[in-house]
Amino acid sequence: MRGKRLIPPLVAIAVWQIITTVGGVPSYKLPSPLQVLGGLKDLAVVGLPPGHLLHTHALYSLKRVFLGYSLAVSVGIPLGIAVGWSRRVRFVVEPFIELLRPIPPLAWIPIAILWFGIGIKSAAFIIFLGAFFPILLNTSAGVLAVDPLLIEAMRTLNGKPRDIIFKVLIPGSIPSIITGMRIGVGLGWMTLVAAEFSGVKQGYGLGYMIMTARDIQRPDEILAGMFFIGVAGFVIDGSLRLLEKSLIKWR
Amino acid sequence: MAVNLKLSRITKTFPENGSLSQVPVLDNLDCIIESGQFFSIVGPSGCGKTTLLRIIAGLEKASEGQILLNGDAITDNDRRVGLVFQEFALFPWRTALQNIEIGLEINGVPKAERREEALKYVREFGLEGFENTFPKMLSGGMKQRVAIARTLISNPEVVLMDEPFGSLDSKSRIDMQNFLLDVWEQRKMTVVFVTHSVDEAVYLGDRVLVLGKRPSRIMETFDVEISRPRDRANPALLEMRERIFGLCARA
Ligand SMILES: Nc1ncnc2c1ncn2[C@@H]1O[C@H](COP(=O)(O)OP(=O)(O)OP(=O)(O)O)[C@@H](O)[C@H]1O
Ligand SMILES: [Mg+2]
Repeated sequence: MRGKRLIPPLVAIAVWQIITTVGGVPSYKLPSPLQVLGGLKDLAVVGLPPGHLLHTHALYSLKRVFLGYSLAVSVGIPLGIAVGWSRRVRFVVEPFIELLRPIPPLAWIPIAILWFGIGIKSAAFIIFLGAFFPILLNTSAGVLAVDPLLIEAMRTLNGKPRDIIFKVLIPGSIPSIITGMRIGVGLGWMTLVAAEFSGVKQGYGLGYMIMTARDIQRPDEILAGMFFIGVAGFVIDGSLRLLEKSLIKWR
Repeated sequence: MAVNLKLSRITKTFPENGSLSQVPVLDNLDCIIESGQFFSIVGPSGCGKTTLLRIIAGLEKASEGQILLNGDAITDNDRRVGLVFQEFALFPWRTALQNIEIGLEINGVPKAERREEALKYVREFGLEGFENTFPKMLSGGMKQRVAIARTLISNPEVVLMDEPFGSLDSKSRIDMQNFLLDVWEQRKMTVVFVTHSVDEAVYLGDRVLVLGKRPSRIMETFDVEISRPRDRANPALLEMRERIFGLCARA
């Protein structure tokens, strides 16, 4: 079963290899899979620009994402719980959410550079914006969706507001919170690469790396870089999926 | 016997959907429930049985009237009163054992101690082997037993039960009735037992209160002076049952 699922992509790669070697597609437009593999090796061993190795680019990108994302998680989840729990907090916070959410994170880049300069702070800020809203909104929606009967059950068991929050609302909204965290990390990752394209860079970063590959006309390295970014995103999401599985055994 | 619960002139109206007028549900109920009594309440569907229990449990305010428990007014979430919900209201993210022990947990009983206490209930309630099962995987009867154990573990003086056996098949219903009588005879807490089965009300209760159609008034109260264990075919029991049916038919 597992093996079978690999067949379609393998066929696609084979077709790709054929049209690029004997099918007349020029390799400066579309390099063959084997060339992309070579590009990946160059990125990892030679580096782009030379000496700037793939894993260092990846580490810089991950560091930016980690910083912005942890900020988004640590503000978004508590605020989301407060918004879901208290009508008053909802009344105050909701208009700001409605106002700020439609602004694409990338539209914040100019002002972020003005505020924080070019560097990790700006990048983290942009990633924070990308991840924050899905986390906040999913958390508050999760809290609001908790069955009111369970809150009443806690009250009849002599539960105080603290117990209602920590033993009913939070466990009850964990699935929704994790969904928000998954959407948030995906958006944060996408935002990062775009942010690295547009100046929030430091000589390192995966977005910066593939832009450099374009500047020196290395489509094999562009595709290898894209492939790597995709795989890294997949791995990050996969680890959150594992967290989801271990936390939500009760469903 | 000592008066445990005293309901005086309890009236409840709900605002009607989409209009300013109020729908009366409970109309001027007076009744006295003695300490350690098994007190049954029967009434047709929608007559306000759940509403009455919710008022006694402090989840809902009466529009008029007052409730005294041992002479003083009942508070919002009174430790002396426990409620077993019609829909069980188990916490789906907690195992059977974790559901049972939660009342002790939120009152700060140390883990080892509350585990031990909860395990006693697991044994008494025939839940061995299901300690670590989540509610989703429990049968209706087991969910009900977990719900009752969860309420009893905090030793409330008054246990309110809302049609607890309504969703069980007739065999497990009879088993659960007898089981509940055993539990009650050991502990002698006050039980207020709501049902729409006349048979069940008379078989279980020391006293049976019959509510009419909405807005409910007390139609009549019956004392069931038959010693336990009772025979379900006891002529006195059957006669009382006929009288209640007759009363309901006239309403
Ligand atoms: N929060 C509420 N707002 C408005 N009306 C309500 C509310 N709660 C209950 N009611 C109404 O009050 C009446 C009594 O409801 P209740 O649930 O107490 O009846 P019940 O006797 O428990 O019925 P059942 O046997 O079906 O459980 C119903 O007509 C119901 O629609
Ligand atoms: Mg009801």
